[in-house]
Amino acid sequence: MTDKQRLLIVGNGPVGHQFIESIVESGQSDQFDITVIGEEPRPAYDRVHLTAWFETREAASLNMVKDGFYGDNNITAMSNEKVTEIDRANKIATTDKGEKYAYDKLILSTGSFPFVPPVPGHDRKNCFVYRTIEDLEAITAAAKDAKVGAVVGGGLLGLEAAKAIKDLGLKTHVIEFAPRLMAVQVDEGGGALLRRKIEDLGVSVHTQKNTQQIIDGDDCVHKLQFADGAELETDILVFSAGIRPQDALARQSELDVGERGGIVINDNCQTSDPAIYAIGECALWGGRIYGLIAPGWDMARAAADHVLGGSEKTFTGADMSTKLKLMGVDVASIGDAHASTPGAKCYTFIDEKAEVYKKIVVTADGQHLLGAVLIGEANDYGTLLQFALNKIELPEHPESMILPALDGSAGVGLGVDALPDVAQICSCNNVSKGDLCAAVQGGAMTVGDLKACTKAATTCGGCTALVGQVLNAELTKMGVEVNTDLCEHFPYTRQEIYHLVRVGNIKSFAELLEKHGSGHGCEICKPTAGSILASCWNDYILEPQHASLQDTNDRYLANMQKNGTYSVVPRMAGGEVTPDGLIAVGQVAKKYNLYTKITGGQRVDLFGATLDQLPRIWEELISAGFESGHAYGKSLRTVKSCVGSTWCRYGVQDSVGKAIDLENRYKGLRSPHKLKMAVSGCTRECAEAQSKDVGVIATEKGWNLYLCGNGGMKPRHADLFASDIDTDTMVKYIDRFLMFYVRTADRLQRTSVWMENLEGGLDYLRKVIIDDSLGICADLEAEMQHVVNTYQCEWKTTVENPEKVKQFRSFVNADKGDKEIVFIQERGQIRPATDAEKITGDDLIAVA
Amino acid sequence: MSWTTVCSLDDIIPNTGVAALIDETQVAIFRVNDSVYALANKDPFSNANVLSRGIVCSVQGTLAVASPIYKQHFSLAAGKCLEDDGVSIACYEARTEGDSVQIRIAQ
Repeated sequence: MTDKQRLLIVGNGPVGHQFIESIVESGQSDQFDITVIGEEPRPAYDRVHLTAWFETREAASLNMVKDGFYGDNNITAMSNEKVTEIDRANKIATTDKGEKYAYDKLILSTGSFPFVPPVPGHDRKNCFVYRTIEDLEAITAAAKDAKVGAVVGGGLLGLEAAKAIKDLGLKTHVIEFAPRLMAVQVDEGGGALLRRKIEDLGVSVHTQKNTQQIIDGDDCVHKLQFADGAELETDILVFSAGIRPQDALARQSELDVGERGGIVINDNCQTSDPAIYAIGECALWGGRIYGLIAPGWDMARAAADHVLGGSEKTFTGADMSTKLKLMGVDVASIGDAHASTPGAKCYTFIDEKAEVYKKIVVTADGQHLLGAVLIGEANDYGTLLQFALNKIELPEHPESMILPALDGSAGVGLGVDALPDVAQICSCNNVSKGDLCAAVQGGAMTVGDLKACTKAATTCGGCTALVGQVLNAELTKMGVEVNTDLCEHFPYTRQEIYHLVRVGNIKSFAELLEKHGSGHGCEICKPTAGSILASCWNDYILEPQHASLQDTNDRYLANMQKNGTYSVVPRMAGGEVTPDGLIAVGQVAKKYNLYTKITGGQRVDLFGATLDQLPRIWEELISAGFESGHAYGKSLRTVKSCVGSTWCRYGVQDSVGKAIDLENRYKGLRSPHKLKMAVSGCTRECAEAQSKDVGVIATEKGWNLYLCGNGGMKPRHADLFASDIDTDTMVKYIDRFLMFYVRTADRLQRTSVWMENLEGGLDYLRKVIIDDSLGICADLEAEMQHVVNTYQCEWKTTVENPEKVKQFRSFVNADKGDKEIVFIQERGQIRPATDAEKITGDDLIAVA
Repeated sequence: MSWTTVCSLDDIIPNTGVAALIDETQVAIFRVNDSVYALANKDPFSNANVLSRGIVCSVQGTLAVASPIYKQHFSLAAGKCLEDDGVSIACYEARTEGDSVQIRIAQ
């Protein structure tokens, strides 16, 4: 017989798991025998981001339980098993498998179940709810044979479900009983704008619809009949009409439950039986169910603290403010969004053009913020939430909190200094300003450090900007200078250096260093200056005054590989190449014995060229009609395309032709980082344009322009910037976009990160590029036109000049190659020999 | 061993390097203004003969070359790796005689 306390957790969802983690984190878990029983086939996963399952269709991506967590902490975890009975007198729980589990303390974290309205026909086939991974799998399977999907319920989860159905390629409807979407969080004005934005995305919204019955459809599987006589046909139906606490077990064991459900708990999360706790969506505190993750976690922490014998943490209600992105639309609701506090007054700002709605609710005396609704743009959420939660006095004109700053000045922000130490910065993980400051004093230097040691900003991410502000304020207070200098030689940012070069008409690094820098320069400032000089004046980059600035690859107009040889990429604009062109490339590769591979950008990469071979290889490629592909530059790489309307049965525009035009326009443009583009000929998006810095997708009416996407280590989908624009408008926007990026980005900053760091983000970018809010568009276009007009193939310039070709000698004093460059044959081609192979010496292929 | 003339000063663009072959030794020669420096051409981190193709830098006042492969710095005057005290590369005597660049490799 063990003398350890037996803890039995019933329900293995995010909240149940948080309870276990709190026990483990206390360091006292060895005093307990912990068992968790879940009825789902897998342990706790992240239900908040359930929709993200569609991105990978892998349950593992949502898993919340670290590998080895149960084993390392001696926790027994049962899946696919359901507790059906609790014998409170003897403290024994029985499961559907007939197993009996004795407990000292039992924690109910059974969550909730989706409410399905009892309309006739609700149990027909292809009727689903949206709660578990199994639900998503079933919806995905059913969608294969479906054309239309409908969601009953226009709340938060209903709109998530609608997005999922739309992404599965179905015509999508949302049916809501109330007069507006998200009726709980959003007021009428916000609801109207939200509806318009969601309809813009191609989702049909039907409000004030009371479903009476579901019968066989004429064209689809189902027909929904509404009380007002209207009908709607759909193949798939998803119910998302709210949640109900899963309290069946509590009722059966005669614990106190609320009139409308929910297990009644006290501030320690104990039920009417002190040995039984209830936490999360199954629990009723103060007559209220908390259907958000953060309050659930707070309850878990409070219950764990009480089980451990502490009395510090209690649950005394929670703030239900939320900020989220629904179908790409920012939606935020804070506190008293409906102005139901007596005497409350509202300020509302509506920008119909930009589709932004903002409302704040203030106290009768105008001193404090009670609530807010933000639709379309929610950058002020963090600030407003702090004003509301910490009862910070509002400025004299509270409307300034939501009005745009027309003079370009930063809007009224909230200095983080104004926040008390107890101010909660991250509500998901309950991290206060004081916690963050302590972590900074303990050595955290970056937002990443703070995330790792406090968990702040690791769940919904809504507080990331605020965490950054606390970090900078605290570092400044500690006397740590937040240094934005480019390097030790220039006390300026890249953006400042760009302006110094442009405005001062500076033409060389020597001049720049003399006027604005010190020392000799380094591998940071030299390539940066080289890139800026090229962006501005577009000289040949191997002119003597520029050659010493160029980074590894630019220096020899090729990509250096690990053994000091280079790869060579001829341009194939839009991925188009003639058979003769392909043969010529093949002949060059064969002659110089180069490893040949197709790149991700639809062209051919030739590896293993030595320095002295490069000019000879290019002479042959140029005479076959090729030009430099700039694969070595921080510059435009490729414009990928699908085959488009010329051949494809589905294409609506000539995507290859457009890709070639764009590639030829922007080739050679030097930029802060590499640039990738793509053009798709229809909405099927075979060119993957939404993963590029600039993505263009053909529509029946013109082009949709997407900006600031990228693949790589941290992929980001591009944002839809403008819809159905004609070719001239598209080129104009891209000219302005690229030059604005070249002007203002940091070195090695991709467009995605640049845009995320622009104050005001995409909306700001639209104002600059479409509305010309800074009055610089004419300049941007002229600057781009200069780059276009002065384009040269750097390799053509090089091979035509014997003095330049001399720079590619392997040795300045000997007409020989590097004997140490040796290859091995593999799969019919060469590859660099490893150090071990060089020693054994077998089958080595030498170039020199 | 005596001084070997490898090239003229004009063969090296200011603030860049060239590689030279002296007997079987690969030497990276750098020109900073009108001074010249010589190091081994082999980058010890990648074992590739590439240092002559690196960017010439000053790091807290020390002249150095940044390896084009993984960007470690080696001081031009002594061949010391600035990131890793335990690593250094061969450093050779270099001088200009009139217009000629000369290197001497000690035996």
